[in-house]
Amino acid sequence: MHSTRYIYTFTVAMTVVVALVLAGLFTFLKPIHKANEAIFNKKAVLSSFMGTKANDLSDEEVVTAFADVKQYVLNYEGKPLSNDEVKDLRNYKEKDGKAEDLDLSKEKKKDDEDRLFPLYIKEVEGKQVYITAVRGNGLWDEIWGYIALAEDLNTIVGTSFDHKAETPGLGAEIKDNPTFPNSFKGKQIFNSEGEFVSVLVKKGGADKSDKHAVDAISGATVTCDGVTNMLESGLQYYMPYFETLKKDQLGLNK
Amino acid sequence: MAETAVVEKEPLFGKKERKLLTDPLGDNNPITIQVLGICSALAVTTLFFKALVMSVAVVFVCAFANLFTSLLRNYIPKQVRMIVQLVIIATLVTIVELVLKALDYTVYKDLSVFIGLIITNCIVMGRLEAFALANKPWRSFLDGLGNGLGYGLILLIVAFLREIFGKGTLFAGSPAEIKIIGASIPSEGIIYKINTAAESGIGTWFSWYANNNLMVLPASAMFVIGVLIWIQRSWRKELVDIS
Repeated sequence: MHSTRYIYTFTVAMTVVVALVLAGLFTFLKPIHKANEAIFNKKAVLSSFMGTKANDLSDEEVVTAFADVKQYVLNYEGKPLSNDEVKDLRNYKEKDGKAEDLDLSKEKKKDDEDRLFPLYIKEVEGKQVYITAVRGNGLWDEIWGYIALAEDLNTIVGTSFDHKAETPGLGAEIKDNPTFPNSFKGKQIFNSEGEFVSVLVKKGGADKSDKHAVDAISGATVTCDGVTNMLESGLQYYMPYFETLKKDQLGLNK
Repeated sequence: MAETAVVEKEPLFGKKERKLLTDPLGDNNPITIQVLGICSALAVTTLFFKALVMSVAVVFVCAFANLFTSLLRNYIPKQVRMIVQLVIIATLVTIVELVLKALDYTVYKDLSVFIGLIITNCIVMGRLEAFALANKPWRSFLDGLGNGLGYGLILLIVAFLREIFGKGTLFAGSPAEIKIIGASIPSEGIIYKINTAAESGIGTWFSWYANNNLMVLPASAMFVIGVLIWIQRSWRKELVDIS
């Protein structure tokens, strides 16, 4: 039997050694972790209009593809905030205040009036693509996605979805099966009268000619309903900004 | 003639050492014989590549946790030995997590929960209690290595079957993804890059095969492991408990 004193000395010594080893390793790897995370987020944005092709890009290619992406942080009224304005806010002091620095999971928990929304604008084949971020709840945990809209701010160019803990083979298919995000291509979020109707993920199959619905994944009803709700509420947050944008477009045309 | 004390010979790779490595692969497999570590075996075997990463992580943790516990075995106070073992395992798991996060962020995202749960994997703790506390470092290391490999072997067999029949691919989620059986997914507008038959030179077989979704669901891992246990026990009758 060891003495109580020995036990204390042993545990304290062990804790100190372990803490030093882990802290050292963590500090050493931190720059790589940060870089990896940034690339991962950029890839998710790019895959909204590139599809699975984005997964094959190397890290350098991602950075190059992202170099000419314009980033905006919008507030609830649809007003773009400058980088410094974002940095003044509580959570973002240590970051650059760009759209990609937003912690969307934390933003979702805030009150609507305090939320910030990222918007990316990228020129693809001579046309502007507006990429919005949406976030909602699936069956087990959060789901989120990027929706790329064409210049008319109506037609969907592409989408990419991700999730925290949906069931593999069922809910997780929103990410794993490229057919699902692809089915949103060409769908429209406004009806012919200009009202916002979003896109419905329809159980039992959507009519091919239906501009506002896509097929649901069988066996994943709750996740698919989550996607429907996420699109409807998520895209609505961008409406104030789109209104001003459309007015600007009209003004330019005159 | 001077009398010399009889020293027990401990060769680097004697019969005993080899047995430590090979036993857990077959006759004393942690999953199929001891039925430990089932939880993660069900969860991370949907894709072969994921299972491979998980296996490497468990082999590393198991081998080095055994080594360090064995090195410290005469100094660890008996009253707190479980806590000390837990700290050793947790440290190694955190190291694996940090390194994986730096090496492949996508895989880290997919596996993060399960890597963390290696801490609670009863195979690791079981080997520390049953072997490392009573044996010398080298043998403990081999024992950990063997048990990690035994776990990994089953994981890879299950993942191989589940991915082939569930998705028709191998190594999905890594750059080496290959379509093996079933028709390729038709690309719709964008290019869905998969190294198909012609490109990889392997050939896509059974183009009529439709992916079996059951194989992707956790329940199928239970069936596959059950069948593996059945096959092993009917092949080696002496493994069957008659108690």
